[in-house]
Amino acid sequence: MTDISVGLDPRATLLHVDDLHVEFRTRDGVAKAVNGASFYLNPGETLAILGESGCGKSVTAQAVMGILDSPPGHVTGGRVLYRGVDLLQLAEKDRRQFRANRIAMIFQDALSALNPVYTVGFQLAELFRKHRGMSRAAAKVKAIELLDQVRIPAAKERINDYPHQFSGGMRQRVMIAMALALDPEVLIADEPTTALDVTVQAQIMGLLAELQHQRNMGLILITHDMGVVADVADRISVMYAGKIVEEAPVYDIYARPAHPYTKALLESIPRLDHKGRELNVIRGLPPSLTDIPQGCAFHPRCGYARDICRMDQEPPAYQIAAHRIARCHFIREVLGV
Amino acid sequence: MSDVSDLVLDARGLVKHFPITQGIVFKSKIGAVRAVDGVDLQLRRGETLGIVGESGCGKSTLAKLLVGLEKPTSGEITVRGENMVRLSGPALRRARRNIQMVMQDPYTSLNPRMTVGDIIGEPYAIHPDAVPRSGRERAVQELLDLVGLNPDHINRYPHQFSGGQRQRIGIARALALRPEIIVCDEPVSALDVSIQAQVINLLERLQRELGLSYIFIAHDLSVVRHISDRVAVMYLGKIVETGHHKAIYEQPTHPYTQALLSAVPVPDPRLRGHRDHIVLEGDVPSPANPPSGCRFRTRCWKAQPYCADHEPLLQVRQRAPHPSACHYAEIRDVLHRY
Ligand SMILES: Nc1ncnc2c1ncn2[C@@H]1O[C@H](COP(=O)(O)OP(=O)(O)O)[C@@H](O)[C@H]1O
Ligand SMILES: Nc1ncnc2c1ncn2[C@@H]1O[C@H](COP(=O)(O)OP(=O)(O)O)[C@@H](O)[C@H]1O
Ligand code: SF4
Ligand code: SF4
Ligand SMILES: [Mg+2]
Ligand SMILES: [Mg+2]
Repeated sequence: MTDISVGLDPRATLLHVDDLHVEFRTRDGVAKAVNGASFYLNPGETLAILGESGCGKSVTAQAVMGILDSPPGHVTGGRVLYRGVDLLQLAEKDRRQFRANRIAMIFQDALSALNPVYTVGFQLAELFRKHRGMSRAAAKVKAIELLDQVRIPAAKERINDYPHQFSGGMRQRVMIAMALALDPEVLIADEPTTALDVTVQAQIMGLLAELQHQRNMGLILITHDMGVVADVADRISVMYAGKIVEEAPVYDIYARPAHPYTKALLESIPRLDHKGRELNVIRGLPPSLTDIPQGCAFHPRCGYARDICRMDQEPPAYQIAAHRIARCHFIREVLGV
Repeated sequence: MSDVSDLVLDARGLVKHFPITQGIVFKSKIGAVRAVDGVDLQLRRGETLGIVGESGCGKSTLAKLLVGLEKPTSGEITVRGENMVRLSGPALRRARRNIQMVMQDPYTSLNPRMTVGDIIGEPYAIHPDAVPRSGRERAVQELLDLVGLNPDHINRYPHQFSGGQRQRIGIARALALRPEIIVCDEPVSALDVSIQAQVINLLERLQRELGLSYIFIAHDLSVVRHISDRVAVMYLGKIVETGHHKAIYEQPTHPYTQALLSAVPVPDPRLRGHRDHIVLEGDVPSPANPPSGCRFRTRCWKAQPYCADHEPLLQVRQRAPHPSACHYAEIRDVLHRY
């Protein structure tokens, strides 16, 4: 572990993903899943990556983690800078070190992330034995401590249970414990509560927030749920067809979205706290990633679109304010200024 | 709205227990999953009744009972004055025409080997008298048009359609027999938000144009509020609170409804830290072995010893202006406490 730390620059941004490109080369053609995604993350901060299914959120996370399904997936460009070190340039054995120790990830489906044939206690203790060189007894104590921290009742007994013996919510807690075991500085949570009921979702989001706060950990929350985002995010990156089309602090984006897609999304969701009128509809469908429209990828669905949007040149990322970016030719019109 | 003649559906005391058996050759019943355990509901013409509750609380089983896909263990379902539970044969088939279902998953609920025309026209094969054979293609094309699909796509297969379009196909099929009632079981849960809005608007338009009544089941409380006139909240096979949407969302009286509402994230960051958060401990108990007395008591922060051996009835109470199944029901506005 010490050798990879050498190149790390403690003054550099915790995580900076710069112009990331990922393709899937399959028989059906080349799917351009990520097309120049850029974002950054600071310690203690929560960045939400928001987008509809298929827009490239999970693939982005997999590329950052170095767990892309490859082939068919290939990173074709960009950098993933962790404290200034480009992870994409590291040898696989160094990346593996990063995965457990520096950047960890949790998923929607905890069962597939846990090994079904080992007890939860064994899997946790293994992490401490392998990466921290702990004795069996010490590792077991740590495992219990960790399960306690994620509020698994009767942790002492439950370490002997297998993953399938836990309920959905409890399993999610076990997975969080596994991810946090080696004190990562970055946690990527890919739709961590999408499969859960709201009361359990609230428990898990509360737990994540608390653990993040205690550890001053950077959290990337990948989700399609604009309610969850409003509750927990500091900043939001809205993704469409493999690109971040808008990036903004959470209060700004909900109060005044600058990109037509963000605006349309916010107007299309029903509200809990009042009975609204007819929902605004975004016409059509998200594009196929093997055939992304030229110009602005959103133009076939956009109410603001004009000829320039259909041209070759895609809209550049305009800086609207500090920390606010949107990729649209008509930002002023959308903002109403 | 209060006229009895407006009542299109009246279900009383619905119960569905699934036996739990042991042994392979000599099966013996060792218990029962009490999926639906005494539900009453009424639906009026042109009205939408929303049903919310967490997974496993019995929503889908209730839906299947209402459309006759499952036989109730006990209870009555009266549609237009006829008790569906007692009917059989042709009489049952005729009565069922009036109440159709739209399922959740647009990917698995459509037969991949059938054309869209055959899928939507399938009800005509079961009810040949509904539309004469010669008029069926026309009828299917009209249905496609009605739900916003291209009538020329009648010979395409489900995989050639997106998720939202498949849900439209499911809706067209449900409309084929011109029912008065449609039971929608999580019809938009599998869809992306931008597509969800399209389907919700379609359902609302069809209701206006055709005078349909909906039972709209979903776990998403925001969607249910948007579309419902009245709402019923389910927990472990029972309705725990029911009333006008405004009553349920703004004056909830049952601790479970209050917890559920307080847990739903609202897409407005300004409310952060200003909302009433009720965090429930633990998970929902198994419907095979529900707690005695009040079923919610194992997770209820207001539970008293009395709750363990007295089951609360769903009724109007001193501090609960609409029916609530809690001994200590009391209004608490969890959404608007800023
Ligand atoms: N294993 C894979 N093989 C081929 N294509 C893939 C694979 N994983 C993802 N893709 C492609 O990448 C696109 C983006 O997927 P993903 O990142 O999972 O979307 P989401 O935003 O829903 O997480 C998909 O639409 C698909 O075309
Ligand atoms: N055919 C069946 N046999 C046995 N148990 C069932 C069957 N269908 C549903 N159940 C059980 O009944 C309960 C209610 O299920 P369901 O009606 O699907 O709930 P919901 O739709 O609210 O998630 C669950 O515990 C479920 O496992
Ligand atoms: S660039 Fe044009 S098409 Fe794209 S979002 Fe802006 S207005 Fe719409
Ligand atoms: S009856 Fe008792 S346990 Fe049940 S909801 Fe009311 S207070 Fe809670
Ligand atoms: Mg994903
Ligand atoms: Mg269901």
